[in-house]
Amino acid sequence: MASIRLDKVWKKFGTTEVIKGIDMSIREGEFIVLVGPSGCGKSTLLNLIAGLETLSGGGIFIGGDLVNDIPPKDRDIAMVFQSYALYPTKSVRDNMSFGMVTRHVPQGEQAAALAEVAELLHIETLLDRKPGQLSGGQRQRVAMGRALVRKPAVFLFDEPLSNLDAKLRIEMRTEIKRLHQRLGKTIVYVTHDQIEAMTLASRIAVMDNGHVRQFGSPEDIYERPVDLFVAGFIGSPSMNLFKGRVTEQSGLRLQVEDPAGVVHFPIPKNLQDAASPFLGRELILGLRPEAMVREGAHRPGSETFSFDRMIDVVEPTGPDTMLVFTLGGIEAIGRVDPQDKVSVGTKFRFEVDMSRAKMFDPATGLHL
Amino acid sequence: MTQTAPAGIVRRKGLRHRLMRILLFAVLGVFCLYYLLPLFIMMATSLKSLDEIRTGTLVSLPRQITFDAWLKAWGSACVGVRCDGLKPYIWNSVLMVVPAVAISTALGAVNGYALTKWRFPGANTIFALMLFGAFIPFQVVLLPMARTLGVLGLAGSVSGLILVHTVYGLAFTTLFFRNFFMGVSDGIVQAAKIDGAGFFGIFSQIVLPMALPAIVVTVIWQFTQIWNDFLFGVAFTVGDSNPVTVALNNVVNTSTGVKEYNVDMAAAIITALPTLLVYVLAGKYFVRGLAAGAVKG
Repeated sequence: MASIRLDKVWKKFGTTEVIKGIDMSIREGEFIVLVGPSGCGKSTLLNLIAGLETLSGGGIFIGGDLVNDIPPKDRDIAMVFQSYALYPTKSVRDNMSFGMVTRHVPQGEQAAALAEVAELLHIETLLDRKPGQLSGGQRQRVAMGRALVRKPAVFLFDEPLSNLDAKLRIEMRTEIKRLHQRLGKTIVYVTHDQIEAMTLASRIAVMDNGHVRQFGSPEDIYERPVDLFVAGFIGSPSMNLFKGRVTEQSGLRLQVEDPAGVVHFPIPKNLQDAASPFLGRELILGLRPEAMVREGAHRPGSETFSFDRMIDVVEPTGPDTMLVFTLGGIEAIGRVDPQDKVSVGTKFRFEVDMSRAKMFDPATGLHL
Repeated sequence: MTQTAPAGIVRRKGLRHRLMRILLFAVLGVFCLYYLLPLFIMMATSLKSLDEIRTGTLVSLPRQITFDAWLKAWGSACVGVRCDGLKPYIWNSVLMVVPAVAISTALGAVNGYALTKWRFPGANTIFALMLFGAFIPFQVVLLPMARTLGVLGLAGSVSGLILVHTVYGLAFTTLFFRNFFMGVSDGIVQAAKIDGAGFFGIFSQIVLPMALPAIVVTVIWQFTQIWNDFLFGVAFTVGDSNPVTVALNNVVNTSTGVKEYNVDMAAAIITALPTLLVYVLAGKYFVRGLAAGAVKG
């Protein structure tokens, strides 16, 4: 087990800056998920930690040691690749023991480690097969097994589940989380799937354009996004962001206008002070779909507010039904109980829990 | 790829379409004949006696099959002043082709691997320059190569010919292996690096076993090229060290005595047989290997 520290890490490919000065401290045994849109630099950052790319600046410390000039094989890490990267000409057994063979681990130890991991991952029966004879899920297990047998200090996962079908992905997600709870090793995990990030991480780093926008617990990231990017990226369907003008009307309100009429959202109490300097100017109100439900469905005692809107599209998902409507020029989504659904083109009275609202400064994009 | 019965092809019915199909197959049949007729005439002529060749027609089947011409071509036909047939020269060709194919294929594999999986600054430029070698006409390198062989003391020997073919073949073998390895996921090499293997460890244990189709293609290609080469053979060897292609030329182009067409034909077939054999044995891999790397996935 080991901690990882990134100190002003920079990476350039030619003149393109991919990682722009990232600082990060990862504690021993943490499960860190790097999440962000394609091209945000998350996989590059993982490769830098692995030693598969050279740094352009800064330092990487694993277990307190500077590893900038240490090749991957001596960093005490193991990696699981998106493409699995199994050796196609080797059997599952040889795939898993290759790392031990190159390190001259004694035969007996190899066999013991192999047996232990094979049992852990339920792949005992596959050991003599070639990767080509395995299904996607089995290959995934073997790829993890290859990482596990060496008992490294740090595990690196590069979008390991993105090639699996939806059902298997959810199963493997649970399995990875269980493995982490059982082994307690430091894990750095890259994904573009924000649900994977939320479910697995002890802390999430939301990345964009070579920067870490926010680094915090899943709850922090979801409930207290620092800026518009994080607010929009995490959550599915994503947060509704309404632009409006701050007005004074028995307390501060945010006035959102469109041809269908005006809605005056009361600015939540905890944000009144921060919003007051913006009186007469624009602010962005962030409301998650689940904060907008049928009138009367919120728990009593919350800061509720209601408004009417025409429903454009109805999207049932099973447990919830998404109601799509237009407000303030954007397509907004409310997440209601399936029993509350209405037909397209009719009016629906939404109730908003304003205590869960977020407010952003449109100029900087930052949360108030 | 699974071997399933070809799915039905949907096509129009009607007289016009039937006629067009008949025409199509007639044209294909003519092309087929055009390719096979020379081989047939060679085979037929080589099995005839000289008398029969003189009296019969070119395309007729032999009335009485005789292997005399084959035996003579193999063991007693005169190449210049030496009358041992093609046998010693076949051996020369084998001594030349085996090491030349092995060395050029091995070096091509390492080149292709280094150029794709250990990308270094200028890798593309180096590859472009190497590829350029594939487009240099044989004639251009004759004089400089002759001088080089002279300096190295390899002039007129089979070893010299091996060197020439190895150097000249590198452009092709590198191209084949580079294209094959382009299609191999970089992740596999990265995984092996993390597993602790080095440059040659990854090459020999991971990458080379995967490259079997590319190896087969390269071996067939190089074998055919080198075995069939005449120009380097005639330019860089003398007399006893001639490869079989040069010896064949000497058998056929002899200006003394009666022209023995049956012996000439038999000698030509004997000379061509090894390459034909290689195609028959490994042709399946050849097509598969050429297609590999063309499609990713």
